[in-house]
Amino acid sequence: MLLKRTLFCVFEKQRGRYAALAIAAVVIVVGIPLWWKTTETYRAWLPFSEISELDSLQLQLSVDIEVVFSRGTLTPEQQKKFPLSHVNEKEHQVDAKTGLRYKYETRYRTATIMEEDALNQPTAAEADLSLHMLSESSCGSVVVYVIPETAALLPEDVKVYVGQRRTALLRSPPFKSSWSLKEVLSNLDVEVEQVVSTMSFSHQDIVAALSDRVRMAKVTKESMADSMRAIKSSPGYEITFSLLNPDPRSHSLHWDIEGAVQSCIQPLLNKLAPIANFSVDSQILYYAVLGVNPRFDNSVSAYTLSADSLSHVINPVEARLGSNAASSNPVLNFLLYVPDSHHSPLFIRDHSKREVPSNAFHSPRWGGIMVYNVNEMYGPEAERPVDININMAKVMGVFLAQLRLMLGVQHTHPPTGFVLQSPGSAGLADWELDRLLWSRSVENIATASTTITSLAQLLDQIGNIVINDNIAQQVSSAVTSLQSAVAELEAGNLAFALQYSREAILASERAFFDPSLLHLLYFPDDQKFAIYIPLFLPMCVPIVLSLLKIVSEAKKRRADKQAKSD
Amino acid sequence: SRGAEGAAAPPVFTWLSDGTKDSESFTAAARDQFQEELVIRPLHSGDIYASFQFRTLWDTDFLQERQKVSHYRLFPKSLGQVLSKFSVRELHISFTQGFWRTMQWGQPFIPSPPGAELWVWFHDTVSDVDGNWKELTNVLSGIFCASLNFIDLTNTVQPSASFKPLGLGNATDHRFLRYATLPREIVCTENLTPWKKLLPCGSKAGLSVLLKSEKLFHSSFHSQAVHIRPVCQDEQCTSKAWELRQTLNVVFDLYTSGQGKKEWSLFKMFSRTLTEACPLATSSKVYVDITDNPEVKLKQQTVVLGDRRTYSVFDLTRAEMFGQLRSLNLLLRDMLRPLLHAERYVAGFGLQTGEIHTVIYNNHPYRAFPVLLMDSVPWYLQLYIHTLTVTSKSRDNKPSYIHYQPAKDRHRPHLLEMLIQLPPHSMTEVTVQFERALLKWTEYTPDPNHGFYVGSSVVSALVPSMVAMNTNFTQDQPLFSSFVPVKEESSYFVRVYTEPLLVNLPTPDFSMPYNVICLTCTVVAVGYGSFYNLLTRTFQVDEPSLPLAKRLANLIRRIRGVPLLA
Repeated sequence: MLLKRTLFCVFEKQRGRYAALAIAAVVIVVGIPLWWKTTETYRAWLPFSEISELDSLQLQLSVDIEVVFSRGTLTPEQQKKFPLSHVNEKEHQVDAKTGLRYKYETRYRTATIMEEDALNQPTAAEADLSLHMLSESSCGSVVVYVIPETAALLPEDVKVYVGQRRTALLRSPPFKSSWSLKEVLSNLDVEVEQVVSTMSFSHQDIVAALSDRVRMAKVTKESMADSMRAIKSSPGYEITFSLLNPDPRSHSLHWDIEGAVQSCIQPLLNKLAPIANFSVDSQILYYAVLGVNPRFDNSVSAYTLSADSLSHVINPVEARLGSNAASSNPVLNFLLYVPDSHHSPLFIRDHSKREVPSNAFHSPRWGGIMVYNVNEMYGPEAERPVDININMAKVMGVFLAQLRLMLGVQHTHPPTGFVLQSPGSAGLADWELDRLLWSRSVENIATASTTITSLAQLLDQIGNIVINDNIAQQVSSAVTSLQSAVAELEAGNLAFALQYSREAILASERAFFDPSLLHLLYFPDDQKFAIYIPLFLPMCVPIVLSLLKIVSEAKKRRADKQAKSD
Repeated sequence: SRGAEGAAAPPVFTWLSDGTKDSESFTAAARDQFQEELVIRPLHSGDIYASFQFRTLWDTDFLQERQKVSHYRLFPKSLGQVLSKFSVRELHISFTQGFWRTMQWGQPFIPSPPGAELWVWFHDTVSDVDGNWKELTNVLSGIFCASLNFIDLTNTVQPSASFKPLGLGNATDHRFLRYATLPREIVCTENLTPWKKLLPCGSKAGLSVLLKSEKLFHSSFHSQAVHIRPVCQDEQCTSKAWELRQTLNVVFDLYTSGQGKKEWSLFKMFSRTLTEACPLATSSKVYVDITDNPEVKLKQQTVVLGDRRTYSVFDLTRAEMFGQLRSLNLLLRDMLRPLLHAERYVAGFGLQTGEIHTVIYNNHPYRAFPVLLMDSVPWYLQLYIHTLTVTSKSRDNKPSYIHYQPAKDRHRPHLLEMLIQLPPHSMTEVTVQFERALLKWTEYTPDPNHGFYVGSSVVSALVPSMVAMNTNFTQDQPLFSSFVPVKEESSYFVRVYTEPLLVNLPTPDFSMPYNVICLTCTVVAVGYGSFYNLLTRTFQVDEPSLPLAKRLANLIRRIRGVPLLA
């Protein structure tokens, strides 16, 4: 009886133990995965490996250079080996994760008869035009025509002439006829390199364009200022011209902004169409005043604004300008300020207390302000309000120069002996556009790759964020566009590279700023557990306790067994 | 930080000659004009009604296909961009604080419901009207600093007859019309500032000097509106122009705040006086209603809203006018009772059902006239349209036209439009029963016990006039009488807004979800606990103890020395 009872007891204990284990097993095998699955946030697959590849960027920029020798520069002996090509590569490691490689592929040939004819034009500008008619060089390439040392095409002291397109004329340095071709070319190389660094990208520009990725330690102050001044790369820009008339009682101002935009600004914008979409509008603001009171200077009997106070001018005016209601592109503001009759004339002085000849200043990435004095256009007895026509050619000249700065068309400082043809009615030479394209493509690639890598990092770190299919698709398309942009740069197709880099930047920004990323971002853990505790605590405590008991019993039994065997 | 730097003009752009475009710029400048006007009318109740109207007329076309309008002078750029981007044909927006008491104050010049009202006719080339509407409300909410972004499909209706375009063009397809009200919108300084910014003179000169927010909002009624529509340029209507009317109506309670004296002055009302007209305005006039005080000079008679009134006119563009507007004593006779009047209330008890009563009064002694009643009721009041009754003079009055669009839960509101004939000198009552819906807990407002607003009903009618209306447009009319064109002499158009309704909905206890979670979890935990105990406890067969009676018996037996019971 007793034995039976003990046996039953042991059996009963065993059963209890098994039941506890079974329940624990069910909770672990079914309960936890079920809970996990039902409370999981949806996270679509992202190409993390490709993104991490983009994190370390190796850019290769390829430039096609063509060096054409005209008649009289080389001896027939030297010409024998033509056509000839030569590849020159330079490598720069900008920082640990960013490397640059420039590949210059130079092809040498002699001029065709038609090109010889073109080079026989009386002036360099005409030669440039006829050469352009002969063949359209592709975007990003450079053609250098080497003309004889004695050619009359260029003035005496001019060594190199850079045209409106992608061609340059280079006066050949004196060659000895006894030189081999190799010696001639190596002699020429320095000059060609100078031409190329003027007409195509320079290392400084490219590093400045990489400023989104790279710390700006190695960049010179000047190219840094250039890149800080230029407005960030964006798919579109709004250009707004505002005429500020603080005194409509005495001045009735008329400006033919429509005609001026059509003749001065539009050609430049048409030329820049591959880079971004531009829209231009204008408004007249009455009773709009500057934020600072100009100081009266007795010595010149005029009001002056010092350079230090200029930074306070913009903010009060900006409240009146209004933002563009119809788009979210960055706005470039150009203000024409006509001072009221009591504060005229008004002059802007620079840091060295000299009057600025254009009477204008610009604010980086914001726009420009020009002061237009009208006090000399009417006498004191003139009937108010005075009708005044604004000389738009003068105004637009200043605004156009400022616009070029804002858009990042850098000042080029050609070496001595270089002559740059002025860009003409388009406001921008082809090679200037190429320079802009190079740095914009690199900038876009740098920005897009930073955006994508930081987005990937963010999504990786915060597990709460829902990644829906739309975002995943944007990220993948950004990654593919980035890869194609890098590949096109490598192949030297500048136009395509810019196109792809713009797509990449658009897709990456769209993914980064997608509002759906924010939905569950602020779902705090403490609140989650406050809700779970009433269920989890009573369920888990018995399981854990019985598991502990089982373990301790098993240990005890083993100890007993050991003691018995001893 | 903003640096400043002089920018020199490149010498290239000097070919643009100075004088060629002058004639063009002058004609372009004359294409827009600005008028301003203030009407002051002492009201029967002792209050003063001041109504500002600013009108900008621009002969241009925002909806041109080929050429974008982008150069603005007097017309505000932000609104112009909105018009062309969203292909808006007509836009009416009003912000009102307080309720216009028709019975005490008569008819306002331009009526508006409490809160915000927006109605827009889109051009018939728009394909995605709902998308445009959504984006437009968002942009307008940015421009006017108002919560118009809360307008969505659940509170937007397309009235079939009540809101016809007020400008040129006879659009009948109400698919391109959107109407929404936000009865809860609170109007304050932050809405006034952007509204003032749209004026060419801002608040610097002209009548807008008077618009000081601390006085304007210290009033019984305040309403500001923007109306944009295409109108005829001249009486022959050969060319189209765009008209922007900015109106601001305010009713000051000077009687109680002025120690019971019935007198007013500009300074008392606005704490400012007028010093000059806006130099950009072609006309700048102040009209003072002196119908009841006929001794004042400078009269002009105008018929407006079926009532012949006499006004004293002060033309601010003439300098000799200043100093004439002084404090005026008032003498008031009985006013003309408004011929059309409407009010509305909710009847019923409990939180399940209710009844909306709309009462429309025809105060004309002998003429019957039809009115259009429009009701837009949110979906959470489920209307029982079979209970709709219209009674006048305790007899059933069958509407001759009913347009009813039932609501869809969470998608669109009810829209009820009826054409009702009002018998002379009668009261017509429209009742409809509704049931209150239970909302989802996230759909409640932050203060759900305050109740839910239902926008005003709109009663539109051509009211027979007691005096002959002026249908002649050639005469230079004051702005306040020319907003709605009068088509016939015997009647005039009136729109009356009823009070908005405040309806209580059944409101749950918002800590409920957490309570439910806790309760469910506790129940689950208790059930699980017992189950777990049952499964894992070890059961032991216990020696059954003797019942209490037997044990007592044994105790006695032991004392007595008798053998114990088993």
